Amino acid sequence: MGMTMTQKILAAHANLPEVKAGQLIEANLDLVLANDITGPVAIHEVQRLKKKTVFDKDKIALVPDHFTPNKDIKSAEHCKCLREYAKDHDITNYFEVGEMGIEHALLPEKGLIVAGETCIGADSHTCTYGALGAFSTGVGSTDMGAGMITGKAWFKVPSAIKFVLTGKPKEWVSGKDVILHIIGRIGVDGALYKSMEFVGDGIKNLTMDDRFTIANMAIEAGAKNGIFPVDELTIAYMKEHSSKEYTIYEADEDAEYEQTITIDLSELEPTVAFPHLPENTKTVKEAGEVKIDQVVIGSCTNGRIGDLRIAAKVLEGRKVAKGMRAIVFPATQAIYLQAIEEGLIQIFIKAGCVVSTPTCGPCLGGHMGILAAGERAASTTNRNFVGRMGHVESEVYLCSPAVAAASAVTGKISEASELFS
Amino acid sequence: MKAHGIVHKYGDNVDTDVIIPARYLNSSDPKELAKKCMEDIDKEFVHRVKPGDIIVANKNFGCGSSREHAPIAIKASGISCVIAETFARIFYRNAINIGLPIIECEEAARDIDAGNEVEIDFDNGIITNLTKGKSYQGQSFPEFMQKIMKAEGLINYINEQQEAM
Repeated sequence: MGMTMTQKILAAHANLPEVKAGQLIEANLDLVLANDITGPVAIHEVQRLKKKTVFDKDKIALVPDHFTPNKDIKSAEHCKCLREYAKDHDITNYFEVGEMGIEHALLPEKGLIVAGETCIGADSHTCTYGALGAFSTGVGSTDMGAGMITGKAWFKVPSAIKFVLTGKPKEWVSGKDVILHIIGRIGVDGALYKSMEFVGDGIKNLTMDDRFTIANMAIEAGAKNGIFPVDELTIAYMKEHSSKEYTIYEADEDAEYEQTITIDLSELEPTVAFPHLPENTKTVKEAGEVKIDQVVIGSCTNGRIGDLRIAAKVLEGRKVAKGMRAIVFPATQAIYLQAIEEGLIQIFIKAGCVVSTPTCGPCLGGHMGILAAGERAASTTNRNFVGRMGHVESEVYLCSPAVAAASAVTGKISEASELFS
Repeated sequence: MKAHGIVHKYGDNVDTDVIIPARYLNSSDPKELAKKCMEDIDKEFVHRVKPGDIIVANKNFGCGSSREHAPIAIKASGISCVIAETFARIFYRNAINIGLPIIECEEAARDIDAGNEVEIDFDNGIITNLTKGKSYQGQSFPEFMQKIMKAEGLINYINEQQEAM
């Protein structure tokens, strides 16, 4: 029996000729990641290990991005813990405020992860790097800490669902609509413990930013990882950002999948996930009149330059609705700078948006855009659980940058195309 | 090893944001986290919970974030075991790694009600509902995971492995 793309990467990293779904393996890690929330817990745990030295100071990334710039004294203490550990252990890839960004946009941009590698991160959206053809998955702090010292992690080899993507998305339909559609179809546990393997000739019509968005939200369907095949676009991205050697793995022709789902991208419509689960999806046309108080454009899901360009295209020459709070978060310093150079930030500010330094802040209800009781946000982030962005009686509607920007202008959930007709 | 206590019952997709909201993640102190445990889904939980109590929920318990603070908060609030139809994968790993006993059992998750008195025998995976006089067979763990659980977590397990080498 053949292996899926994920299984091939795992077999290679476990030094095994073959692995099967359900098998428990120990795999070598190419990258181990933590942030200012999960890192301090990991650092605390590894103090209990007899071995204290890290397995490879170049293969660990510590990114203070969640409650930074430090939102309060407790957060400052956590960041200090991360900073001091990085200094004491001479960690190469520690990114201080000023050079940092949201981890899952930052690591690919810095070239720290490439195709064929394995990565664990103490952050559930670590699955983002599957867009590059890497195996990457979220774990907790203890797994991360153990990985940081031993360079290994245990995995149950996942089975897989194959998603065959065909066709070309319509104007204003992007990776976010694709993944929201998928989660709406299979549910928040539709891929529990499994890989989501994306294939098909429609992939060439998805930008790298689209692919990062799709892989990023694999966890919202419960998946262990989401992964894309490596094509010319992937190779161009890796060559631009990394000097690391990459390895291309392809699924075997006779690989076994639990299920195959075909999606014609040309049929997808702008999609929004209603509170309080990412699976509660409707097309914007079906959404009805949903008034919005706040719009958030950014995060590890949709804070890349392609996302900002789409939002700027919608907002150029327009004003956000009266009383609307529109918050734009470029995901990294490099993206922020590029957005300034391209004139996108001017467009946002003239439209009445506020533009923030990179941070995970509002996505998880940390800081920089918290909702009061009864308030609603249209957000390009990844979760709309109860209380996710603030008060337990607030609501988050997940959507693409195009829908978020259009909704900022009209004051209610809207399609961008409505503004261009 | 056995667990024995009164059940707190929840439904599907109990996410880590309601188990421990992110606004409290500026702390990693188990005692402090326990004070806020389940706050956004069940404000009374922290007042009601007693040492040894058991959480029972339906499918996909612990979905969402990778925050280990979620199983830490549950463990520190005195919960002796979480029973669910299924667990989200990161929560599952985290619980095993920090030594919070969990067990998957669809029948038990559906049949057990809030307030039932339940006993779990981890050696054979049998869950007994003392209130209803019924028992259910929970899923047993692979040997490797049992070893981690016996060591009361991954860190102790790694230390034991290194000593053995």
